[in-house]
Amino acid sequence: MSSPRSSSLLAWPATSSSRARRPAASQEERRRTALKRKIKENLTAYGLLCAALVVFALFSWYPIVRGVLLSFQQVDFVNAPTWVGFDNFTKLFEDPLFGVAWRNTLLFTGLALVFGFAVPFLTAVLLNELRHAKAFFRLAVYLPVMLPPVVTALMWKWFYDPGPGLFNSALGAVGLPGGQWLDSSSTAMLSLVFVSTWANMGSTTLIYLAALGTIPGELYEAAELDGAGLWKRLRHVTFPQTRFVLLVLLLLQVVATMQVFTEPYVMTGGGPDDSTVTVLLLLYRYAFVYNDFGSASAMSLLLFVALGVFSAWYVRLTRKADQS
Amino acid sequence: MRTLVSPGALRSPRGKVVYGVVFACTLLVFLLAFMFPLYWVVTGALKSPQELAQTPATLVPHEWHPETFADAWDQLSLGKYFLNTLIVAGGAWLAQLAIDVPAAFALSKLRPKFGNVVLGLMLATLMLPATALLVPTYVTVTDLPLLHLNLINSPAAVWLPAAANAFNIYLLKRFFDQIPDELIEAARIDGAGPVRTLWRIILPISRPILAVVSILAVVTAWKDFIWPLLVFPDTEKQTLSVMLQRVAIDMPLNVLVAGMVLASLPMVALFLAFQRQILAGLTAGSIKG
Repeated sequence: MSSPRSSSLLAWPATSSSRARRPAASQEERRRTALKRKIKENLTAYGLLCAALVVFALFSWYPIVRGVLLSFQQVDFVNAPTWVGFDNFTKLFEDPLFGVAWRNTLLFTGLALVFGFAVPFLTAVLLNELRHAKAFFRLAVYLPVMLPPVVTALMWKWFYDPGPGLFNSALGAVGLPGGQWLDSSSTAMLSLVFVSTWANMGSTTLIYLAALGTIPGELYEAAELDGAGLWKRLRHVTFPQTRFVLLVLLLLQVVATMQVFTEPYVMTGGGPDDSTVTVLLLLYRYAFVYNDFGSASAMSLLLFVALGVFSAWYVRLTRKADQS
Repeated sequence: MRTLVSPGALRSPRGKVVYGVVFACTLLVFLLAFMFPLYWVVTGALKSPQELAQTPATLVPHEWHPETFADAWDQLSLGKYFLNTLIVAGGAWLAQLAIDVPAAFALSKLRPKFGNVVLGLMLATLMLPATALLVPTYVTVTDLPLLHLNLINSPAAVWLPAAANAFNIYLLKRFFDQIPDELIEAARIDGAGPVRTLWRIILPISRPILAVVSILAVVTAWKDFIWPLLVFPDTEKQTLSVMLQRVAIDMPLNVLVAGMVLASLPMVALFLAFQRQILAGLTAGSIKG
């Protein structure tokens, strides 16, 4: 480890040598060594950074530029890409599925917000009050998060099966009629939202639980002394105290659910009657079924702009609400 | 600790009853919602194909067929796909540690010129929805600029993009920032170079954050579906998730279900073993906004 060669290669810039120098060294010389040391320090730093710079350049920064360029190009991997202006976008707008995909995605996001936001929060508030089996609750709610999403999707597809599926068997056992679940265009999207909520609520619940744990107990005590009932304490202590986490997770959830892909791809393939075609599923089809990378990139760009505008608007809105 | 409900209210006779009822209901709902599906899947794999196709489904298997797991292992060539997934996830983990740790250390402790610009450019990528780069990154891995390499069907197509992870760099840098500079100064005076300081001093005290980053890396790679689906068109190279999805339609249900159980086991085991680190990673992630 301490061979002279390796230490000279990787030494902190100019330590031993500068210490060995006599104090009589001229100011000029000292400045020069300081400069040398600075250069060497920068070189080492960039040496350590170079691998990261290469992967970021290749797989983040370059694709960002390339994605924008691709949106305005026609690409077929045989001929050189040609500029087509806004043709890709026009093509998307003319595709009847385009509007359907956006409506479906917004529906998914809206429903996922209703369930995926309220259910984990209420669960967390409830779990925070329970004094027993805390470890079990935490483990149980998080377990689905650890399952590979494809397994979750396949598993629920089987549960939803109108024949020997779990749901219709259970409903039949108590004398209720079964549902069509994934096989009916009116319930398919809701069924997917249910799966997604089940699979992902563990992480949000535990984040809320952590936030609830930081609320000072005196606040509840003071509120109670002032005569605040359970609901008022929830409304005036719990909510304001977890506000920041709630707002951040809401934004993250919208951004995440707008990109839903695995559930519809594995469970319905977009059907029945295109009722579960999402933006990302259509994007996938454009790129990897029709081999139209230009239009697929245009679709990504639109999704990115939509989410960017939403995030900016949301952050501004919450900041304004904070100030007033 | 004092929460929404006061300890006094809980001690009253009425409070005790209400608490008991609420606790029992919650326990029941949790068992039904989260444990029962797992029970159903595991016992489903143990049923005979005829019993699985039966309506209504049976709660407890009439006949037990534990050999289905062995059949699934053989019929789905699970050994091969486990190995593929292990290579993909393990490589992604190593690449993230090997590339992101030195980068975060350099940005945090060596503070080079334009370091803040570099960090800013990295963190800016967190603003992008993950899927916005799906198509251009795919196009990039089919023909790497300058090198003209095609990474399709190579695990490097997962490893390298995984290393371009700004969130890891952010987590690591934030941890390194808290390590006092005096410690590093002391190492320097003792004649240790930056690489040795990183290896011998920083890494040993950074174990908690390295554990978090490692777990996040492995879990993310194991769970990922859409990217492996794109970059492994060769069925021999696919990961477990991609393979299961591909064969789902043609396989007998009991074999498929057994395969699903086996594919999930490593993650469940990992969770049971590393709960603390996983939950730490979760809350570390929650404050990124």
